[in-house]
Amino acid sequence: MLKGTPLFARTAPLMEGQAWRRWAGYTVASSYELTHDREYAAIRNAAALLDISPLYKYRIGGKDAGRLLDRVVTRNVAAMKVGQVGYTPWCDAHGKVIDDGTVSRLGEQLFRLTSAEPNMRWLHANSAGLTVTVDDVSETTAALALQGPTSRDILGKVVDGTGIGALKFFRVTDATVRGIPVQVSRTGYTGDLGYELWVDAPRAVALWDALVEAGTPYGITPAGIYALDLARIEAGLIMLDVDYISAHRALIPAQLSSPFEINLGWAVHLDKPFFVGQRALAAEQREGATWRFVGIETEWESLERLFAEVGLPPRLPTVAWRTSVPLYSDGRQVGYATSGCWSPLLKRSLALAHVEAAYAAPGTPLLIEVTVEHRRKQAAARVSALPFYNPERKRT
Amino acid sequence: MASAPRYDAIVIGGGHNGLVNAAYLARAGRKVLVLERRPVVGGAAVSEQVFPGFTFSVFSYVVSLLRPEIIRDLDLPRHGLQILPLESTVTPMENGNYLSAWGDHDRTRRELYRHSPRDAEAYDEFGRLMHHMAMAVRPILGMIPPDPTSLSPRDLMSLLRLGRHFQSLGADKFPWLYKLMTMSSADFLDEWFETDVLKATKSASGIIGTFLGPRSPGSAYVLLHHYMGEIDGAFRAWGFQKGGTGGISDAIASAARELGAEIRTDAPVARVLVKSGRATGVALENGDELHAEAVVSGLDPRRTFLQLVDPGELPTEFADAIKRYKFRGSSGKVNLALSELPDFSCLPGVGAHHRGAISISPTMAYVERAYDDAKYGAFSRQPYMDIIFPSMIDPGMAPPGRHVMSIFVQYAPYNLTGGWTDARREAFGDAVIDAVARFAPNLKRAILHRQVLTPADIERITGLTEGNIFQGELALHQLFFLRPAHQWARYRSPIKGLWQCGAGTHPGGGIMGASGRLAALEMLGMGGRANGGGGR
Amino acid sequence: MTLDAIVIGAGLNGLTAAASLARRGRKVLVLERRATIGGSHATEEVFPGFRFDTVSHDAGWIAPSIVRTLELERHGLKLVTPGYTLVSPQSDGGHLALSPDLARSAESIRRHSAADAAAWPAFCGRMHRLTSFLGMLYERPAPIPTSTAPGDLWSLLALGRRARALGREGMIDLLRILPMSAAELLDDWFESAVLKGALGALSVRGIMQGPRSGGTAFVLLHRHAGAPAGAFGAHTVVRGGVGALAGALAASASASGAQVRTSASVRHVLIEGGRATGVVLDSGEEIRARAVLSSADVRQTFYELVDTTALDPEMLRAVGHVRQRGAVAKVNLALSATPAFRSLAGGDGLLSGSIVPGVTLDELERAYDDAKHGGISRRASLEIRIPSLHDGALAPAGKHVMSVRVQFAPYRLADGWTAARREALGDQVVAALAEHAPSLPGTILRRQVLTPLDLETEYRLPEGNLAHGELTLDQILFMRPVAGMARYKTPLDGLYLCGASSHPGDGVAGGAGWLAAKAVDFA
Repeated sequence: MLKGTPLFARTAPLMEGQAWRRWAGYTVASSYELTHDREYAAIRNAAALLDISPLYKYRIGGKDAGRLLDRVVTRNVAAMKVGQVGYTPWCDAHGKVIDDGTVSRLGEQLFRLTSAEPNMRWLHANSAGLTVTVDDVSETTAALALQGPTSRDILGKVVDGTGIGALKFFRVTDATVRGIPVQVSRTGYTGDLGYELWVDAPRAVALWDALVEAGTPYGITPAGIYALDLARIEAGLIMLDVDYISAHRALIPAQLSSPFEINLGWAVHLDKPFFVGQRALAAEQREGATWRFVGIETEWESLERLFAEVGLPPRLPTVAWRTSVPLYSDGRQVGYATSGCWSPLLKRSLALAHVEAAYAAPGTPLLIEVTVEHRRKQAAARVSALPFYNPERKRT
Repeated sequence: MASAPRYDAIVIGGGHNGLVNAAYLARAGRKVLVLERRPVVGGAAVSEQVFPGFTFSVFSYVVSLLRPEIIRDLDLPRHGLQILPLESTVTPMENGNYLSAWGDHDRTRRELYRHSPRDAEAYDEFGRLMHHMAMAVRPILGMIPPDPTSLSPRDLMSLLRLGRHFQSLGADKFPWLYKLMTMSSADFLDEWFETDVLKATKSASGIIGTFLGPRSPGSAYVLLHHYMGEIDGAFRAWGFQKGGTGGISDAIASAARELGAEIRTDAPVARVLVKSGRATGVALENGDELHAEAVVSGLDPRRTFLQLVDPGELPTEFADAIKRYKFRGSSGKVNLALSELPDFSCLPGVGAHHRGAISISPTMAYVERAYDDAKYGAFSRQPYMDIIFPSMIDPGMAPPGRHVMSIFVQYAPYNLTGGWTDARREAFGDAVIDAVARFAPNLKRAILHRQVLTPADIERITGLTEGNIFQGELALHQLFFLRPAHQWARYRSPIKGLWQCGAGTHPGGGIMGASGRLAALEMLGMGGRANGGGGR
Repeated sequence: MTLDAIVIGAGLNGLTAAASLARRGRKVLVLERRATIGGSHATEEVFPGFRFDTVSHDAGWIAPSIVRTLELERHGLKLVTPGYTLVSPQSDGGHLALSPDLARSAESIRRHSAADAAAWPAFCGRMHRLTSFLGMLYERPAPIPTSTAPGDLWSLLALGRRARALGREGMIDLLRILPMSAAELLDDWFESAVLKGALGALSVRGIMQGPRSGGTAFVLLHRHAGAPAGAFGAHTVVRGGVGALAGALAASASASGAQVRTSASVRHVLIEGGRATGVVLDSGEEIRARAVLSSADVRQTFYELVDTTALDPEMLRAVGHVRQRGAVAKVNLALSATPAFRSLAGGDGLLSGSIVPGVTLDELERAYDDAKHGGISRRASLEIRIPSLHDGALAPAGKHVMSVRVQFAPYRLADGWTAARREALGDQVVAALAEHAPSLPGTILRRQVLTPLDLETEYRLPEGNLAHGELTLDQILFMRPVAGMARYKTPLDGLYLCGASSHPGDGVAGGAGWLAAKAVDFA
């Protein structure tokens, strides 16, 4: 049996089609309703409530907690203020990405690191010679994401006291929700206005109930991974094991990616003191990465034409896809898309892709492989800047 | 007999390698005869109804490494090959707890997490490393060993290819391969894990069939074997042949017969006929002489060269090397017919663990002490054991409601101080039962029949020298171009026309069939193909 | 005036590195924590008038090229060839005496087995062929099998050619024997338990393995490298104790302008901008140099002398996994008279080399079994030297110093080392000696017992391991100390390893220092 998350008691009764899936050894919902349309719409139109408890979470404390993180991640942690959250990748000695996640500075000597894969061993290896404690709080801490335009209003109703509305983008604060101690961070994986709430596992159900009760007038809707996947692609956010492979899992060099190659170069602070991979990354920055990570937009007209040739209207999957799709230019493969979707909001066919550096400029025309009635065709596509969708409300 | 039929090749010994060899030769259109001493083919891979209604894989009991190309080339599933998954391993611990590993990654991870979160993570990384190492070793296993001292173009090319292969592993991976080849499994695992029972169980797989303990350098290499199956696309590498291991031999024999090979049982070979330095055939114990262009021996090197051949026919250097070649059988087997399944205190009742393997390896010290006993000529008072319940996987193995239990036991040294006697055999059997009963107290009352096989019994029945199940220890100095002897690792022998195809040649060990196949390819002049090059 | 190089530690390797660099005109400073130079090869006045090779009583192979280049003889080095290199007194009154004189050794062996006596010259020849090859390897940087640099490929090719020059038999011996256990090798050749035991003891010297462990045949060869054929055991003795070698090296270094400072303990290596730029002493004094060479063991170097946060965790992990399990204790005895071994009476020079009281392979293996499970060997294997026989100045007239190496005494004792256990070990050793030399206990004036824990505390030998990392197959050549660092350079620019943790390791006096000095890049 897989594990249920601390919210299983609330999520299980909502599963209209029993569409469970695995996430880090837990069962989570692909979608609660029979189709995920409404769940996705809530992210962009009201507020979606997502159970993200399976995320790996590490509580890092002690005199050298900051030094440990600064040694591990590419971002300058020492420069972060208490209450600040930073999104960052971390690398092996060759500058290849192991994982990505957020670092929350909860105190002068206290941090939380989230990750997609387990990292205890890596953190431990990096702790050599440091006075630091690393606790895996993945099981004891539940997490809920409240994402969407009305999320601030909902939180305003349930968070005790005032001021949560003033919480800035990528900041974290301690709070109570109807007496339940939580940490609220203004972060998320949807590219929209939204928050993530961190709570002791035994209080998770009560927190869910409080949010649902207060959120109902604001259209709060439990949402599953299908909805999240659409939103994160629109937001241009990468996913480990889908868009890139961890350096700890790669079987061949071609499967490795540097931060520069997955659009995270901005989070690499080469000027800070030693961190793992620094030397290799400095060299890569000097010489320029050979691969880039970009958005790809497939031209609708081209799709329409290809389908029309066989007498069909374009048929596209309603859920995001996670397969490798070749990209061509001048009859040569110059890249591959790793995930994509039809954006219900933007009405465009989007993809996230690795392309050779020479083809990374926004607007570069490419051809993308599409399967039209069992036959492989190439549709016209264009490189696009990321994110595809970036509403003002996300950061204001 | 006036006109005895003349064969292209006579294969001595109908073990799985001999059968594979015969099948490949027959497939190439050669007229082949297999001679098996016993009434059944299979050698150490046989199923027998030892007690009425209870069928046992008497010796070899699981299969993981049977080369997929052999399965495909000989179309073995059509001949009855059907390997059923054996997907868990449970190790009962002395404190009443247990450690289990499962086919499902999440399940195994969660179980390991219970013992050590750090080991749960290390397990994945370790698995990836082993994947890389298996990839690194695979081309070598499939290669006909070059002679490093030779200056022939073929050898030099093979050596160069080998050198390039190792170099291609790079500075990241080659040192790990080197460590695997030289370290003890205990030291190697210490670099990865902290959970003692996990290390004990993993290292136990590194000592099977060897006369090494988990702390003996050289034992790490065998850890790889668990991962070899996976990269060949055969998921759930460890499996159990329907009807018992004999089913594999029967399938290969059936394929060989269909391809035109003749297989004769109850036909023990007395000696290889040699005329002016060339093998011309064999003489059977009944006096019949059979002639062939080539004689292939599937027997171990000592039997082949020191018993079937007149020593005068062999160069001294070679004969010395064969005499030095080490067997040192170290394992025994206990087969039980049961009225009920053992009830393990750590996991009461009948459960999924009965469909997988039970490893009696509660601590590293336990396994090491089992070895300590054997070093000085005693059987382990508390041995390492690998247990399966074939009737839980294939109900046909026992009458309904009853069960068969297969216990692989280590260490039981062939050279027991004072020698093996009936009394010592039974004492050994008692020690085994006692050691299992510590973890499953109902075992003793559940036993209907028991068969105890010591290395001496294994030698007597199967002919395997010193009861070594791999036809010679899998030690570094007995591998690759040194297996069984330098210069003669390429299935040939100093006697023209006399070939070797048993597990005593590279790569050897387990039900792989690789030796039989590579020997056939070499005989057919297709050896270069195996080494990935055109020339030969 | 800035220094070119700082060498941490004035052991044989540190001094050799310093002398070599100084000779090439580099400005070098050697910093030694202790008041005496020599490190684990110091000769010290432990008791008034009695000077001991306190820790290691064997410098191993002293390469002629080093002696010549550094003019060590001019600087006071005197090497003595003992009459017998290995003498094994037996409790039944007989003995075995080996020396480079193969015929004389064979005579001695004949008393135990005629067949073994007959096999002896061939065995010595075969082994010597292999040790010559090893000796060649030890005089150059370790070959890196995965390197694709043209220079490395060339040296690999050259090495291949040299291996082929061993001939078919030699090559197969090399490939076959290195991974073998000493017991297998010796069983292949001999039948005499006396002979096999004496060589078996040499095969496990300093490692946490028994003679049945794979790779111990290599240790036998390693300990034999540089020796004449048949000279197993103490093939060379430094007159005046092993410390005299350190003295000659220091004199050579000083003559070339190097400075050796004792009682100068390095607290840590200064790192600026990812580069080693000097050291900070315990006193707080900062000393800068263009290069820093550490002869401390690799784990101490990276875990204690360097800020670990400046290092790649995978590399640190590998360093953390270097096996350096202490297996040896040391007992030093001040004696009022020449020791009288019952079975060695009358033999001239029988006490001049390495004395190994009779032991069988099984006894050695059981001794290891005890240690493997966390105990002191109930019957430990002893190796004895009496340096005062070669230099009367080491002890007052008529008196002697006896140095006893005791194996196995594991660092990781199941219930820990205590003062009482230390003295019990001393008593055990004296009792074992008394079996062979009954009058010896009565002549003991003073006794010093050093457990592996003492060796770690006083001499900074990691886990009390004299070799800075066990000489097992997975920790030699390109794997020493860890893959990727075999060429003395470290991931920190300007920081080099020059101690026994590096190739060729323990047993080749100054070998690592000699090669490390050549690897320093001052550009």
